[in-house]
Amino acid sequence: MEILTAPWPWYITGPIIAITMASLLFAGKRFGVSSNFQTLCTIGGAGRLSDYFKIDWRERKWNLAFVLGSIFGGTLSGYVMRPEVHVDLAESTVAKMKEWGIENPGEGLAPAEIFGPEAWTDPWALVVLLAGGFLVGFGTRYADGCTSGHAISGLCSLQLPSLIAVVGFFIGGLLVTQFVMPYLF
Amino acid sequence: MWRFILIGMVFGVALTQGEVVSWYRITEMFQFDSFHMYGVIGSAVVVGALFLQIAKVKNWHSVAGKPFDVFRYEGNWKRYLIGGTIFGMGWAVTGACPGPMFILAGAGVWPILVAILGGILGTLAYAAVRKHLPH
Repeated sequence: MEILTAPWPWYITGPIIAITMASLLFAGKRFGVSSNFQTLCTIGGAGRLSDYFKIDWRERKWNLAFVLGSIFGGTLSGYVMRPEVHVDLAESTVAKMKEWGIENPGEGLAPAEIFGPEAWTDPWALVVLLAGGFLVGFGTRYADGCTSGHAISGLCSLQLPSLIAVVGFFIGGLLVTQFVMPYLF
Repeated sequence: MWRFILIGMVFGVALTQGEVVSWYRITEMFQFDSFHMYGVIGSAVVVGALFLQIAKVKNWHSVAGKPFDVFRYEGNWKRYLIGGTIFGMGWAVTGACPGPMFILAGAGVWPILVAILGGILGTLAYAAVRKHLPH
């Protein structure tokens, strides 16, 4: 049991991601999560606003089912298998995070300053979450894919556009980590 | 539908147990301080690429007998580089790409719902301005 409830090493989680992609291909579908944002907008009636949302969402119900399953998976892991999380981070990362103003780096899945229950009454935390999410939604739709579509599906099938997208992911991530992170907390 | 819920569940458990959904791990990755995330993504790509190569040689098909539905990205580099960079900024801030956003909601990190709302707003904004953007 302990092998299930302990943190899983990269060489278990990585191949399971590949198996996820393979399973979806065998099922006649493909691995890509960010298109669900478009589907959700369509279900909400956004087809009246833009042609971009004039899609048949019923053909994409399977992907919403996949997301629903992944939510259940998060619940199973987060509440049953490993309710108490301490992420064993590199010392240099911990030092950096303390410098930024994170009190307990590695406690829980994400820092309480922005992701804890206090966030609901902290306007700054809400702004950070909303703005970060906005960039994720805008960027993935512009690039036509996220980590699953480009970094996994696209790189596995050796596509140059996906490599370019992944380079972009890192340019954006490094810029924020270097220049924005010190002011977030 | 059940099979997709099941595949999603395995994915959600693996990403949570493997700490891929952790803001800390994503930040550590962008600091180049640990091999963990590179190991996760790297092994996923190597195993997945091998799978697709074997599938090609062995002529594997979907259970319905159709060729695998591998999406082909086309067109110019601009949308991939600019869109990718914008997404990367959001990925670093929220510590979550779209999959983990939903998984975190399941794991009880409720404020991530605000980021999901942001993702939906970002999608609407993209739809509104996309005709003016280089693609």
